[in-house]
Amino acid sequence: MELSLATRTVAEHTVLEVGGEVDVYTAPRLRERLVELVDSGVRNVVVDLGGVEFLDSTGLGVLVGAMKRLRVANGRFSLVCSKEALLKIFRITALDQVFPIFPTIEAATRDSDGSANS
Amino acid sequence: MATVRLSFSPAPVHVRTARLVGVAVARRAGVAEELLDEVRLAIGEACTRAVALHNQYGLPDLVTVEMSDSDSYSVRVIDHAPIEASVGLTKLPPDELADESLTDEALTTGVGFALLAGFVDDLQVRPVEDGPGTEVRMVWPVQRR
Repeated sequence: MELSLATRTVAEHTVLEVGGEVDVYTAPRLRERLVELVDSGVRNVVVDLGGVEFLDSTGLGVLVGAMKRLRVANGRFSLVCSKEALLKIFRITALDQVFPIFPTIEAATRDSDGSANS
Repeated sequence: MATVRLSFSPAPVHVRTARLVGVAVARRAGVAEELLDEVRLAIGEACTRAVALHNQYGLPDLVTVEMSDSDSYSVRVIDHAPIEASVGLTKLPPDELADESLTDEALTTGVGFALLAGFVDDLQVRPVEDGPGTEVRMVWPVQRR
């Protein structure tokens, strides 16, 4: 399935809904979209991976890049993911210790002070 | 002797094709259904690495994927980049993953190998026998013959 990207606003957070396959071919589009968001002044970004069917190292690299970009801009970056197959990827790469990962959008957007990380 | 051999020009768009073929042959070979996601990811990572190396060195040569189901399901992904490109393939610790000085390229390479090592129990990375290049060999058990 092709990559799909859609943004919406939830409680002062910009939620980027990602669907389909994020790989070496499609990841540049995800990177462009995230850069656009940060460049347009967005500072609270939640990437919802609920519709993602495949995620590889290139996609993970794009997510880390966005998190770093937002950190420099004093912004916040978090992920929404509840799929075990994807969570295993984050655990194996140790990126579960790098990203705040939430099970739902509600949990991610409730975290208004950025302290929770469950 | 490979059951299926696939060669593709080193373009990212073809990596998905390699994944699809690799999983289809794995299913046909009798690899357990619950392992197929890992097969998909591992073949994708090995091919992504090969494509990146060919592009880094400006090599137009084809990347080859050989799939064989003789006793188990084995997949060989073969690139033709200089062998020194394969050194330094180590898993990165969490504090380095988020470090500002780490380039996107280095991060993706490190994460890619963490995934390969994490998902493939039987993994070998070795020089090809003729000329420059590296072979990533991955083996999975099959349930029936």
